[in-house]
Amino acid sequence: MSMLRIFDIAGSAVSAQSQRLNVVASNLANADTVAGPDGSAYKARQVVFQTALVGRGDQGEAAAGVRVSTIAEDNRPGRRQHDPRHPGADAEGYVTYSNVNPVEEMVNMISASRSYQNNVEVMNTARSLLLKTLQIGQS
Amino acid sequence: MIARLTETFDFHGQALLLRAERQRVIAGNIANADTPGYQARDFNFATALREATAGRGSAGGIAAAVMRSGGRPAPTLRYAVPSQTSLDNNSVDMDRERGAFADNAVKYESTLRFINGSVRTMLDAMKSHHQA
Repeated sequence: MSMLRIFDIAGSAVSAQSQRLNVVASNLANADTVAGPDGSAYKARQVVFQTALVGRGDQGEAAAGVRVSTIAEDNRPGRRQHDPRHPGADAEGYVTYSNVNPVEEMVNMISASRSYQNNVEVMNTARSLLLKTLQIGQS
Repeated sequence: MIARLTETFDFHGQALLLRAERQRVIAGNIANADTPGYQARDFNFATALREATAGRGSAGGIAAAVMRSGGRPAPTLRYAVPSQTSLDNNSVDMDRERGAFADNAVKYESTLRFINGSVRTMLDAMKSHHQA
């Protein structure tokens, strides 16, 4: 029953996109975090998607779902700002902030939310088609 | 005689299975819209249906060539030609996939209606003339 696989496919995509939204939320929340005593500030994180097979491959029922393979850290240097009175300032009077780029994160968030909606719609369509299939022969 | 009664169902049943299969392939494309390196896939419905119903007629059975052991149709999947290139090598065109998905959903439903129609016709033919 290949229509039932659609729920697995779209479900995997919805879960991957929501993980991406989670990462974006944590990046945005830490956009203004300053470096701690060890000198390293929060590093922006990005999810990496990968095609994953859902369903049993041996019976030809495998389908292309998606999963988060890794969460990569962004290694660009953080933003540095001169503020000698700040408690987090280093010996030269600079404060290191996290390397989160809020504009990139907002774009990422919109893209994730659109993909999420697309997959929810896929599930809704598959659901209504399956319900109609169940009514074959009934008047 | 029985084969004649179910001939229409065979054809529409094959069409319905292929529609479901295509729906699944397109759902996979939509799910992988953000996956780097993913290549969108699809199949030619007309060719697949012709292949699936080719063996019918003389034997009256279901064509075995394009069916897997589980009775599922296995059309040849082809890679879509990307309309715009992207840096991460992903060839899913969301507009095209959404359009194909909606189009396929409507056609799936129309196949369902054809099946319902022939079921009703046959039931009417089997009714006695005393009944309304």
